[in-house]
Amino acid sequence: MAEPPADRGVILRAAIGIGLYAMAFGASFGAISIGSGLTVAQTMVLSLVMFTGASQFAFVGVLASGGSPFAAVSAGLLLGVRNAFYGVPISEILHPRGLARVWTAHFVIDESTAMAVAQATPRARRYAFWATGLILFALWQLGSLTGALIGRAIDPSAVGLDAAAPAVFLALLWPMLRRREARWVALGGVAVALALLPFTPPGVPVVAAAWVALFAGLLPNREGSREGTELSEDGQAT
Amino acid sequence: MTPLWWAIVVAAIGCYLLKLAGVSLPESILNHPKVQRVAQFLPIAMLSALVAVELFDHGGRYALDWRTLAGVTAGVIALLLRRGFLVVFLVAIGVTALLRLLT
Repeated sequence: MAEPPADRGVILRAAIGIGLYAMAFGASFGAISIGSGLTVAQTMVLSLVMFTGASQFAFVGVLASGGSPFAAVSAGLLLGVRNAFYGVPISEILHPRGLARVWTAHFVIDESTAMAVAQATPRARRYAFWATGLILFALWQLGSLTGALIGRAIDPSAVGLDAAAPAVFLALLWPMLRRREARWVALGGVAVALALLPFTPPGVPVVAAAWVALFAGLLPNREGSREGTELSEDGQAT
Repeated sequence: MTPLWWAIVVAAIGCYLLKLAGVSLPESILNHPKVQRVAQFLPIAMLSALVAVELFDHGGRYALDWRTLAGVTAGVIALLLRRGFLVVFLVAIGVTALLRLLT
């Protein structure tokens, strides 16, 4: 039985909206990446293969602060951990087997997961995952390339791009701070990073903040646990 | 290949493998509440650390460019007004660029 066309239209429009948003987000990534000293080719390999916004921003952010490639890899991977947890609902929706896992996995990101789990029927969930994942992938690449080319043509600090990176991280962080314990974790991350800043090589303060997450996550849970990894309600990029 | 290229390839493939693990690992591992809480807190702790470092780090010393801070503060105001990502981004870089032009 086919999905009524109206539902698909609604999903598709939402997916295009998220995609356009991601294109702007991708453009800022491209510009910041070039400003951090990466080439256009390196920027595009990150967007095409890594394809998960927060990890990409963290990777170039650590490099920009003078961090070693090792610290940049650690930061990128630690921020990519949450995508593994999106695999649980996505596996229930798509039941990928064998080779299908190999290409399905690439599109498991915040937005595609949020859109898929928000739908009412199994068929709509599958459609939402693929529509969001594929549209976002295409527009993310277009945005990254545009941003990288613009970033190469301008002086990043003259146009205030140094304010862009912290603002972008705050915008990513914002929807995650609704719960009180999340705000404590954020405060802990800031405290650890600032305490280590004068004493450790660049990049280490950011990676060390992961310990705050480990410590807070293993503490007894007082607020009552919620099912699943947290997604912002509107499927915004994280 | 330069160290930077190696880092890019390792991090990019690593992030893909994390996604692949998610659709391949038995659900019982990823569904453990403690494991989920740590995963939920990881981006929060690290993104906030990144904000702090981007704002206050000047080559391993504490420093703060007030123009950057003003730009980011303007971005926070945009967030409080529930503006979208693009507005936050443009407001932050716009304010910083303007202040840098004027001072």
